[in-house]
Amino acid sequence: MVFDFFKKAKYFTVKQDVKRDIPEGLWVKCDVCNEILFTKDLERNFKVCQKCGHHFRLTVEERLHITLDPDSFTEYDTELEPSNPLGFPDYNEKLSSAQEQTRLREAVITGDGSIGGHRVVVAVMDAHFIMGSMGTVVGEKITRAVESALEKRLPLIIFSASGGARMQEGMLSLLQMAKTGMAIGRYSDAGLLYISVLTDPTMGGVSASFAFLGDIIISEPGALIGFAGPRVIEQTIRQKLPDGFQRAEFLLEKGFIDQVVARPQMAETLARLLSLHERGDA
Amino acid sequence: MPTIFDFERPVIELETKIAELKSFANEKGLSLENEIATLEQRAAELKQFIYGNLTPWQKVLIARHPERPGTLEYIGAMITDFVELHGDRLYGDDAAIIGGIGRFDGEPVTVVGHRKGRDTKENLARNFGMAHPEGYRKALRLIKQAEKFGRPVICFVDTPGAHCGLGAEQRGQAEAIAKNIMVMSALKIPIIVLVIGEGGSGGALALSVGDRILMQEHSVFSVSSPEACASIIWKDSARAREAAEVLKLTANDLRGMQIADEVIAEPLGGAHRDKAEATTLLINAVRRNLAELKGASGDELLVARYRKFRSIGVHLGV
Ligand SMILES: [Zn+2]
Repeated sequence: MVFDFFKKAKYFTVKQDVKRDIPEGLWVKCDVCNEILFTKDLERNFKVCQKCGHHFRLTVEERLHITLDPDSFTEYDTELEPSNPLGFPDYNEKLSSAQEQTRLREAVITGDGSIGGHRVVVAVMDAHFIMGSMGTVVGEKITRAVESALEKRLPLIIFSASGGARMQEGMLSLLQMAKTGMAIGRYSDAGLLYISVLTDPTMGGVSASFAFLGDIIISEPGALIGFAGPRVIEQTIRQKLPDGFQRAEFLLEKGFIDQVVARPQMAETLARLLSLHERGDA
Repeated sequence: MPTIFDFERPVIELETKIAELKSFANEKGLSLENEIATLEQRAAELKQFIYGNLTPWQKVLIARHPERPGTLEYIGAMITDFVELHGDRLYGDDAAIIGGIGRFDGEPVTVVGHRKGRDTKENLARNFGMAHPEGYRKALRLIKQAEKFGRPVICFVDTPGAHCGLGAEQRGQAEAIAKNIMVMSALKIPIIVLVIGEGGSGGALALSVGDRILMQEHSVFSVSSPEACASIIWKDSARAREAAEVLKLTANDLRGMQIADEVIAEPLGGAHRDKAEATTLLINAVRRNLAELKGASGDELLVARYRKFRSIGVHLGV
């Protein structure tokens, strides 16, 4: 499991086999501007291209490392593992290979930790695990994290990264939208703070449930955010989508997110928001 | 021309033959009662055999049958004093979702439901039952209004899915669906969800968070349409039939997974083959479930509703 590794590490290490976005070696090319970047510089810069600002996708451990105070994280529900409830063809193999590649059991890691000294429950999704899709275990882990935050009366931050509901678990996946959305509703009614951070990509069943239910919704620059995938829309309307469609900046303009925050400023922004919601009794 | 599927052709042919024989006997003043009785017996057996063993894909076809009664037909047959209410008060009115107030068994209820067209013209007007954000927001407005006035809500689910397009994205399709789910989960009035045709993905779920999910026998409910699933998993939408088999989308499958609370029987071969009977069966189910829910306080409803959605999938080992 990734977290044994992460907890032991006092500093941030990117092992060879988790650098999926970046080919092995010292240099990497930016997908957006084609600039050749020195891997070490890229990592030092939160995996943001120094030239064009493109935000490379992060793994869960990278996200936790740049977000949480060192050694503050305690993972929840480490034992939960996906199964193949419908007996969907080839799904077992797909899960095994995703687990092998990411060294995660599922597409989300949950737990609590602190940001700038503020205690918080966090859930971080990883798009490298079957596109971060939400099946039963992803929905269950997120729901349990929300319920823990309610029980402990802690703020909640969810970093979404998902293509949507996981096809291979059928209706059980779709119903995770209801389950998570309901849990957020209960949590919200208790007067507690939920900050939703949308990262690339946040689509379908995840955007149409907990991701868009935050009291405050912020996004990383350039993240693809929407309900229907761009390819599906292009096939439906039979034309190319305009540049920037469904990107974070587009959603900001349309009024659906509160702020676009660049990755190097994210932890600081979250800490400030948490501090603004701190209560005397906390 | 009525729509006839290949798998039901033997039934239709036999039924046609019986009708011809009857009129021939009438015309000629012949007594062919024995022959007709034999054929009718054979037709009954054939129907039982064919309609009693429908594959998931055949159920998808029946759920999408153009003559299958939909939201408007059921509103007409089971709701009196119906007054349609329009608009989301934010952007516009979406004809893909119908909403209004009326009486069920004499008591005021709020009704919302997807509306697919029954012909090309109506389909264009109603966007094939695929709603935009304003449709979901209209539904939400009316459901919240129902809570204010303390009346139950009946939701009819019949949609291929939420609309995919520029306007829908610009106006926050995802946010609209998410909001419906969250708000509906906490309203202190009975909400009965009737899946009467095709329940397609998030666009169907946006009207499905209720105290009871009742599915008609030949309705389906699925994470995505079989076509979309096949195209995502196998990059080939032509394999929809196969996708329908593995998605476990039939009413009986979903009853087994404790997602549907009840399967409402339909006339043999589907609701469109005997609309009056289908309506009676639906009304009886709604009446019984509403009566069960009416005794509960708002808080009791919320606790039970939370438990219902919270526990889905748990018995499958997760
Ligand atoms: Zn670049």
